[in-house]
This record gives sequence, structure tokens and C-alpha cells, in this order.
Amino acid sequence: MNRIKKTFNQLKNNNKKAVGIFLTAGDPDFESCLNLIQKLPEKDVDFIEIGMPFSDPMADGPSIQLSSQRALKSGMNLIKCLSLVENFRKKNNHTPIILMGYYNPIYKFGKEKFIENCLSCGVDGLIIVDLPPEEDDEFYIEAERNKLSIIRLVTPTTDRKRLDKILSNATGFVYYVSITGITGTRAPNLEDVSTNLKKITSVTDLPVIIGFGIKSPSQASSMADISDGIVVGSAVVDLIKSSLDNDDNLTKNTLDSCLDFISKVSKSVKHN
Amino acid sequence: MSEISLNSLKKGPDSNGKFGIHGGRFVAETLMPLILEVENSYEEAIKDKSFINELEIYRRDYIGRPSPLYFAERLTEYFGGAKIYLKRDELNHTGAHKINNVIGQILLAKKMGKNKIIAETGAGQHGVATATACALFGFECEVFMGAMDIERQKPNVQRMQLLGAKINPVTSGTGTLKDAMNDALRFWVSNANTHFYIIGTAAGPHPYPKMVRDFQSIIGEEAKKQILEKENRLPDVLVACIGGGSNALGLFHPFLDDQEVEIFGVEAAGKGLKSDSHAASLSAGSPGILHGNRTYLLQDNDGQIIDAHSISAGLDYPGIGPEHSWLHDIGRIKYLSTTDEESLSAFKLCSRLEGIIPALEPAHALHITGILAAKRKGQILIMNMCGRGDKDLSSVLPLIIKSEDY
Repeated sequence: MNRIKKTFNQLKNNNKKAVGIFLTAGDPDFESCLNLIQKLPEKDVDFIEIGMPFSDPMADGPSIQLSSQRALKSGMNLIKCLSLVENFRKKNNHTPIILMGYYNPIYKFGKEKFIENCLSCGVDGLIIVDLPPEEDDEFYIEAERNKLSIIRLVTPTTDRKRLDKILSNATGFVYYVSITGITGTRAPNLEDVSTNLKKITSVTDLPVIIGFGIKSPSQASSMADISDGIVVGSAVVDLIKSSLDNDDNLTKNTLDSCLDFISKVSKSVKHN
Repeated sequence: MSEISLNSLKKGPDSNGKFGIHGGRFVAETLMPLILEVENSYEEAIKDKSFINELEIYRRDYIGRPSPLYFAERLTEYFGGAKIYLKRDELNHTGAHKINNVIGQILLAKKMGKNKIIAETGAGQHGVATATACALFGFECEVFMGAMDIERQKPNVQRMQLLGAKINPVTSGTGTLKDAMNDALRFWVSNANTHFYIIGTAAGPHPYPKMVRDFQSIIGEEAKKQILEKENRLPDVLVACIGGGSNALGLFHPFLDDQEVEIFGVEAAGKGLKSDSHAASLSAGSPGILHGNRTYLLQDNDGQIIDAHSISAGLDYPGIGPEHSWLHDIGRIKYLSTTDEESLSAFKLCSRLEGIIPALEPAHALHITGILAAKRKGQILIMNMCGRGDKDLSSVLPLIIKSEDY
């Protein structure tokens, strides 16, 4: 059984919701990013999304735009991003890792080579923001044949007909984008999200995770209550930014403030 | 529209929006339903006689079409070769070809019941055209423009403001056209249900490259008719400048199946193709995915987009429309390039010889026109004079004023 399935099965058996954390690979640098993700499972984080930085992140708000720029400035690229996962796997073989990003760096890297590397480094799933189901032939079908999970995004603008189309090839879990917008901007409306979630769960057995606008532990908890779990990204990335010194270097504060916040999110979601 | 034969080069894109490997719909799911809606509405509109009629009325009475095809006798004499004709799209209302597309798209927006418009702009010509059409239709207008471009295209910024548009300065990246497009797309993702995005060039996700090309093809359709009237034959050579490539496709597309017509697109070589400062994605880039389509891009080995450079804000884009990429792949069109410096000479030459101050964009095309014309005595060449240069004076004058005979 793959790590994603195993994780969600365990959560279900324990009647717990999933906590996912998004970080940009190499923000602010390789070592501190590795250090941070290695500590996430201790804070009750169930899965990790690692952003593959891109120069033109079309679906991201200012927080993740800036974190991508910091990462690129520190020399991050796909090879190093994969190496980050490989290093993480040396000490952790159970926490699912999802790589999230845009298609161009993968296309330039070489699709087959990228899939091979994902498998050998211990990546479990992929979210590629600018590959809608209309472009499935491009990459996803090949990735799925190789047992990489393809996490589909469902959004408030997705209608019923598209929902069927999206879910027909979905694996792993479904990522519900809780706002009509870019990452880390507006706050989701609980009622709207709840209505849309019911539509999704009526047609899929896959777990449904909510993300894109969740910023606080209490918001995380109320969103998790109506779904199978949540992802927090921009809020963590903002904490990294605010803890850096003037040259975008790590300070003593960075790790502690991030882990402290993440642990509050987990406690709130798990109702511990 | 005329019948298109099976082997025609004009029948693209396919149903997935692809021209060969280029084009497509590489957008976030949030935008996907909207893009499909735009596509459906567009396909309906172009079959709707009342839509076409309305478009034709605005083209004639508001834009001022047809634009003249002008025999540039003094330029012809100067270069001493082919007869040079200029397709005078700089005489359109708002001073460039951009309005051809904007009127088409705003009529579509109206048909779709959307009265809030967003647009990106580089040189400001597309922004001005969009602000103009929004004023005309009483629509709300927001224009995304790179902070650096706001600086170098002040007159256009003032025009847009006068026309009632809200300018959103874009500071992400290098603050040029690419970044303006990113921010416009981000805004659209956030306002997908209420706003219509008028993309200014033949790029972006399907159906934009096709739609923009169709609205601009009026340039080539007119030129074809006009040259047949004047010369009783097709031209031997077509030349146009390329940023995203909409003015060029507009002129070229109706001639694609006329194999005897040689076609040249002119990219911006900035400080030279060997420097890191240019905007020639076909001559010096490789295929990749940006802004919703696959096309030739300026990118590094890691697939990160490299900032383009051109003295001309309208050509300062690291990509190109996907149909150009395909036409480049199959070799139907030859793509050449002009440096900043060469375009400045052409800018001055045209002003002095013809009394036409060209925009810096078509000044790039004029440089290549001169080189090609010189070698082709007895031939006929049409160049698209796609915009006028008033907007460029503040940035150009300090550069050419140094030369002794200014």
C-alpha cells in the first residue's frame, strides 16, 4: 500500500483529520528547509507538500511568489528539490511527500526522467497547477502508469460535469481549493466550502483536503471538521519570511516560530 | 470566410488548441471553466451574423478601417530594390493595430454579459486600446502594467487614466510585460466569475491565440485586396515585427497558403542575440510552458523564465504566440531579428524620409525591410506599420539626440 493511502487509512481508523504543510523547496536555503521538513512529523503533520519553485507562479499570491524567489536565489532547482526528498526519506519512510509546482521546469527537465527520479527519491504524489484534465495526455497518464499519485485540484468554479472529468483520473486525495483565487489571499467561507465539499464527496471515495486560504489554527480546525484534512502553506511561508534577517538568511528564530505555529495548527485540527 | 482546404496552413489550431506541439490550455483549474466558456461563446459569435455586422461597423466607423496600403516611394528609392508598401495600421484610432483585437473581444464580453474588463499591457498600446473600448461601451477597466513600462511609456499611461481606466502597477519580477500578464492572470483567477480578460496578443491559453489572430487577420485580408488592386498580383515579401506576434499574424495569416509569398517575422535582438539582453524567443529560446500555452521561451536550463530585454516595450516579452512557434518549426515563416540600435536608425530614417514616425516596434521590422528590399529589385514587399511612434518620443529622443545631424 502506498504511503498516501496508508496515512489516510490510519487517520480514518483513529477518527482524525489530516494536517498537511506546504513549504517551498530551498526557502530560504537547502539545509534549513531539510531541517524544517524533517521535524514536521514530530509535530503531528501527516503529509508534506514541497513546492518546486518557478519564476512565474501564476496561481500563487505574494507569499509564495516571494518564497519561490528566495528559493531560486539560493540556487534551488528540480534536482536539488528531489535530493531534498531523498534526504528526508533517509530518516522517514512513512510521511507522504507531494511535490507541487508548475509544468515548465518538469518539461524542461524531461518528463520520463522526472518520473524516474520521483520514484527513486521517494516522492508519493504530484500537484501540477497548470495541468488541467484537458492536458492529461501531456504528463499525468504516464505518471499514473508509474504509480505516482496525481492530486487533482477542484475549485469553486468547477461545475458538476467537470467534477466527473477531474475525478475520473484522480488518485491519492482530492485537493479542494477553498477560494476563487490565488494562494494565501482571501479567507474561505465555511458555508460555501461545506456545500461544495458535499458535492465532491458524493461522487468520490478519495479523501478530500482543503487548502489555499487557511491561515490560522482555528480556521484549520473548522475546515478540517468538514473534510478529511487541510493544508497550510502561505501562513508558514510568511513566518519564514518574517524571521529572516535583512539578507534573507536564517535566524535562530526561524525554525522555532514555524514549528510552534505548525504544532498549534496540528493541535487545533486533531482536537488534542 | 472562405473554404479552407485539407492541406491549408490556416486551419489550426486543432480542437485542443494546439498548433503542432504548441498552444494548448495550461491553466489552473479555477480558470478552466471560464476559458471553455470564452471558447464556446467565441465559436458561437463568429457564426452569428449580427455579431459580425456589429464588428464590421465598429471597424469602419470607429477604428477607421480599412487602413491604407501606402507605396513608400522614398523608402523604396533609398533602399534601391523592391517596391515597399506600408500597411498603415498606425492610422487606426488609438494609433496601433491593438484596437482591431480589442473591439472584437469587447463585443464578445458584451455578448457574454461581462462588463468588467482587465488587460495587460507592455508598450501601453493594448492598454490604451482597451481603455478606449471600455470608455466606449461604458465598461469598468483595469490595466496591469509593469512598473518599468509605466516609466518608459508615460504618455500612454496618461491616456489610459484620462479614458477612465485604473492602472495597476506591477512590481513583481522585472516589472515588464511578462509580469503584467502574470498579475492579470492572478487577478482573473480571483475574479473569474465577474471579469473578462482581454489578452492583447496572439498568445495565452486556447482560444486566445486563435481569437486574437482572427480579429487581427483583417490586416492581411485588406492588404491582399489592396495589393491586387494596385499591382494586380500578390506581394513577394511580407515583413512584420513580433513581440507576442499579433500584428504579424494579422498580416501573415491570410497569405499562409500563398507559397510564392515569402514571409519574415522580426524579433527584438535587444543588445544582440549573443548578449543576455534580447527578446528573441524563436532565434534564441526553446519550447516551454508559460501563460497558458506551450511555445518558444527564453528560459534557463532549469526551466526558469529569463527576463527579456528590448528598447521597445511592446516586444519585451520572453515568449511568442504559439502559432508563430509552429510556423517556425515547419519553416513557413523565417524569423530574423533587429537590435535596439538598428531599430533606432530605422525609426529616424522613416521619420525623415516618409514623414511617418513609426513606433519602435515596427521600426524593428523596417530595418529588416531595408535589408530584404535592397536585394530584391523588381519585387513587391509589404511591411506592417503596426503603430505610431508618438508614445516613444520621451525614451527615444535622448538616445538619438546625441547623433550629430539630429
